[in-house]
Amino acid sequence: MILINCPYCGEREQSEFSNGGEAHVARPKNPEALSDKDWGQYVFYRSNPKGIFYERWVHTHGCRKWFNAVRDTSTDTFLKIYKLDDNRPDISEFKSTLKSPSGEPSVGSGNFAVKK
Amino acid sequence: MRKKYSFLSLIKNAFTNNENWEKMWESPDPKKGYDVIIVGGGGHGLGTAYYLAKEHGIKNIAVIEKGWLGGGNTGRNTTIIRSNYLWNESAHLYDHSVKLWENLSEELNFNMMFSQRGVMNLAHNEHDIKEMKRRISANRLNGLDTQWLDTKEIEELVPIMNTKNLRYPVLGAAFQPRGGVARHDAVAWGYALRSNEMGVDIIQNCEVKDIQTDNHKVKGVNTSKGFIKADKVAVVASGHTSVLAQTAGVKLPLQSRPLQALVSEPIKPVINTVVMSNAVHAYVSQSDKGELVIGAGTDGYNSFTQRGGYDVIEETVRAIVELYPIFGKMKMLRQWGGIVDICPDASPIISKCDVKGLYFNCGWGTGGFKATPGSANVFAHTVANDQPHKINEAFNLERFSDGRLIDEHGAAAVAH
Repeated sequence: MILINCPYCGEREQSEFSNGGEAHVARPKNPEALSDKDWGQYVFYRSNPKGIFYERWVHTHGCRKWFNAVRDTSTDTFLKIYKLDDNRPDISEFKSTLKSPSGEPSVGSGNFAVKK
Repeated sequence: MRKKYSFLSLIKNAFTNNENWEKMWESPDPKKGYDVIIVGGGGHGLGTAYYLAKEHGIKNIAVIEKGWLGGGNTGRNTTIIRSNYLWNESAHLYDHSVKLWENLSEELNFNMMFSQRGVMNLAHNEHDIKEMKRRISANRLNGLDTQWLDTKEIEELVPIMNTKNLRYPVLGAAFQPRGGVARHDAVAWGYALRSNEMGVDIIQNCEVKDIQTDNHKVKGVNTSKGFIKADKVAVVASGHTSVLAQTAGVKLPLQSRPLQALVSEPIKPVINTVVMSNAVHAYVSQSDKGELVIGAGTDGYNSFTQRGGYDVIEETVRAIVELYPIFGKMKMLRQWGGIVDICPDASPIISKCDVKGLYFNCGWGTGGFKATPGSANVFAHTVANDQPHKINEAFNLERFSDGRLIDEHGAAAVAH
């Protein structure tokens, strides 16, 4: 079970929350000048890092408020939770322990968060 | 020498306690360079190597796998095979695959344990009925064998199902008799064996760290065993495809999430078809060993942990127990997760990209196993000829800017 520290309610179980995908995706400033390719990028393309990820959450079965979080997607560790109007924390604040793209032990695949 | 397996070889090896089976494939050190490097040694990747060598005469190929063959999603799925997809493009792609499955054991002389026991998709409300009947009509126009079953026919096929006394009663089902299940390891091993015989190097425990490009052209890959030169690089790395693509400066519209499955203790045969239900999110089949194979959903957030949340399996098991009260007291043996790469339109990407010599076969999301032979076959064509086969033409990257999406969320059998 993953606990998420809602900035308004405190620590609750992950199943109370819904994920809203990548955070800080700005709507294009001049939509009428945008090419099809750029629109496609805005509509369908989101970053999908293994490691540090900025994302949005909503406390669906609680206060129903939105907030942002920084999470390591390779271990599901929440590194920082901040409110929507807070500034985007700089990536240098966080350390990723990943050594390679797959970020897994040199032999075999698996879940090193469990294995450690 | 082509390795043959037969009833005779089984008996022969039984006498020596099965200790003298020959190694199925070599494990060489990587050469300095290859014509084609395939990243990812699952069914899709090994199959691509097989069809490249067999149908396109390219033999200087390496398949590079970070773990062991078939240890990713090839070994983590629920082995269901069907082709009852709504749109023409998907129906052609998935049925191409089913047709290859039908002859694969013979072609590879390796038992795929392919069992066409039928796949049933249950309808629980008026909308389900309408949607499924529409899909059946679309399937029949594409020459697929999908048909409508009423509740009585379902009860005859699956007598243990509780169709009436539940919150969402079973009102009917779409049924594809040619669907079924196969042994998931066998497809990886069979392709590995036969492609290795044709000279393909299979390199396990070697991780591709990044893809090297020069002036929008592929140069090779950096691996944990050093740099390997390649004219063409084909990436078939499921959940990690977008991570690798980024090292070559290519962005893919994929999101990686854990998808879970679980198996029960083995019991005597009780269910001889595959039953899926989208509305209550449950699908189950029984393996030849007697275990119930149950598929759960994806987590609601991106993750690479190969684990998945408990609430997700809880939801599925709740629905299974309501549909099959007989399973109420069964014990589950194992649960696991695999990282799937989900595309915005729930259809795969089998395509070239802006970088010359770089190809992607990804975005299979929650249902790639069924497509293994067909996907590998058309991907090999794409890599060999630097242009898509007519079956995978529509599954390109351009569809995310020109809007020709192939929306198959409805055919994904369960909502993810």
